[in-house]
Amino acid sequence: MDLIVALQSSFGELITAGTAAFVLCAIGLAIHFGFTGLLNFGQAAFAAVGAYGYAIAALDFKAPLVLSVLFGLLCAVIFAVLLGIPTLRLRADYLAIVTIAAAQVFKFVATSSAITDPSGNVITGGAEGLSEFGGTFYSLNPVPAGEYQVFGNSLTQDQIWVDIVGWLLVVVCALLTYFLTRSPWGRALKGIREDEDAVRSLGKNVYLYKMQALILGGCMAALGGMVFVINSQTVQPTVWGTNFTFTIWTVLLLGGATTVLGPIAGGVVFFTLFAFIQKVLEGLVAIHWMGSLTIPQVGQIRLILVGLALMLLVIFRPQGLFGNKKETLFNG
Amino acid sequence: MANEIAKGPAAPGVAKVDPILVADGVRREFGGLVAVDVEHLEIPRGKITALIGPNGAGKTTLFNLLTGFDKPNTGKWTFQGRDLAGVPAFKVARIGMVRTFQLTKALSLLTVLDNMRLGAKHQPGESLLRALVRPLWRKREAEITVAAEELLKRFKLDAKSDDFAASLSGGQRKLLEMARALMSKPVLVMLDEPMAGVNPALTQSLLEHIKGLKDDGTTVLFVEHDMHMVRHISDWVIVMAEGRIVAEGPPNEVMKNPAVIDAYLGAHHDSDLGADKIAKEAN
Ligand SMILES: Nc1ncnc2c1ncn2[C@@H]1O[C@H](COP(=O)(O)OP(=O)(O)O)[C@@H](O)[C@H]1O
Ligand SMILES: [Mg+2]
Repeated sequence: MDLIVALQSSFGELITAGTAAFVLCAIGLAIHFGFTGLLNFGQAAFAAVGAYGYAIAALDFKAPLVLSVLFGLLCAVIFAVLLGIPTLRLRADYLAIVTIAAAQVFKFVATSSAITDPSGNVITGGAEGLSEFGGTFYSLNPVPAGEYQVFGNSLTQDQIWVDIVGWLLVVVCALLTYFLTRSPWGRALKGIREDEDAVRSLGKNVYLYKMQALILGGCMAALGGMVFVINSQTVQPTVWGTNFTFTIWTVLLLGGATTVLGPIAGGVVFFTLFAFIQKVLEGLVAIHWMGSLTIPQVGQIRLILVGLALMLLVIFRPQGLFGNKKETLFNG
Repeated sequence: MANEIAKGPAAPGVAKVDPILVADGVRREFGGLVAVDVEHLEIPRGKITALIGPNGAGKTTLFNLLTGFDKPNTGKWTFQGRDLAGVPAFKVARIGMVRTFQLTKALSLLTVLDNMRLGAKHQPGESLLRALVRPLWRKREAEITVAAEELLKRFKLDAKSDDFAASLSGGQRKLLEMARALMSKPVLVMLDEPMAGVNPALTQSLLEHIKGLKDDGTTVLFVEHDMHMVRHISDWVIVMAEGRIVAEGPPNEVMKNPAVIDAYLGAHHDSDLGADKIAKEAN
């Protein structure tokens, strides 16, 4: 097995829309957790709400692209408000519990065939999910048809198109976050992260700030969810589980939760490593170094390694790879 | 002095000539414990009023209630004639009644300067939409920064302005919290034990700051255990014990009051109230 080839094709992961989708979710989570101190363990649900909203608008209402996206975002806003109203006046842990629960509830609702349109079709597609909603997106593809070689991976024009749009959205969201967090508005968020009563005593409407942060970060996750499903061309209810949320958390903590570049760097490093380890393990299986393990079985080893890496990271480098050491030095 | 501030002879709940804050029937229970039970209270405008009393007397709880950080079981109060019962804490601060906390709340991972800036009012960039348009808030930010640096200099924290607040000593954090509260130019500033933990070398200048506030027309209400400070700077003293107001009056008179000596010394016999000193002055 050639390590160079494995490494090179792993870099292919770096530019995929799948990575961009998680980075978008992680930037949103940086706004929640890194800047405002909101403990959101249901970021996958925000992504799912956006993805379903988009797909349902495109399929059931035959909405054009822009309206489908706006509808997905609107769903995320409503979801954030519903979660925020009962929890944001309470201690931080209430939001954590409610987001975990809401993510589960959303998954069940999407999987069930409870919500139907007047003609009896399950709006969420039930357990099978939804597909073929990407038409309005791919019909706008300006990339000439053909096969493209990127880092030794061969991509279609449609893959190139969704990769480009996914990463453009990352750039837009990162810039938005950068400017917002350096504004007086961002200063109030950071103050709330440190001590919300202090900020309240200075005349700031803490509840409103927390709601705005929850909505904004939730909308970024919704965009991530849309990129994710447009890329995979299907919305499946099982995708948006705790794995999805904890991948987002890993990406965020890997890069550094209190920086804007952190989630991007975290996403790139995480998915490149993830792909690289898979290729190396596959190579080891091919030359019979892994005993009787098969390729799907070694795939599980990756997840163990990810868990281990996350633990080591939080213990030895809590500020993340790119965070400011001082900013966590005094924590706790 | 009593005539200048109070309408009648000094007694708990006495009416003031020019009250800024008037509270009636404010009561707060925690389980079976009555933490605050204030029948009537008036805080004189433009004066420095000390709120004293043994630990657990309910001073901090009263601060929390008046500033909207806690809700009383019963009671109402007005600030500059405006009804404040049920008004959320941030609105209370906005209309000019700003408090500090007994347990200091420095925003650790913000710089000292950012802590100060956050205290300022009328920064349009604090709204989400305007935050994105820097020209809308840059000018105000510059004004705020100048004001912050000036205050930091007065509180001898200017050398620290770019450090995280987490790197300050306990006393410095107290100073920062007080300076931050002043950024909004409050009408009434309520300081909960402003001297606790502050380096003695700084206490004298802190006293001068507080007197300076009065000269600028700010009303000050502060909780303090240091009787030297109370005697030195306050115009009026209110004494609480077991949730109730047990005495009030000008500092020298109050400290001669047997009810006060009782309330205080009943709680801690070895306190630094200076019972001897009080007795001497009484003679
Ligand atoms: N959140 C709370 N829950 C229960 N009891 C409280 C709470 N806050 C204060 N108390 C009680 O109320 C009484 C008054 O406390 P506090 O206002 O802190 O007194 P002070 O500031 O005068 O020392 C004390 O007995 C205290 O234990
Ligand atoms: Mg107290």
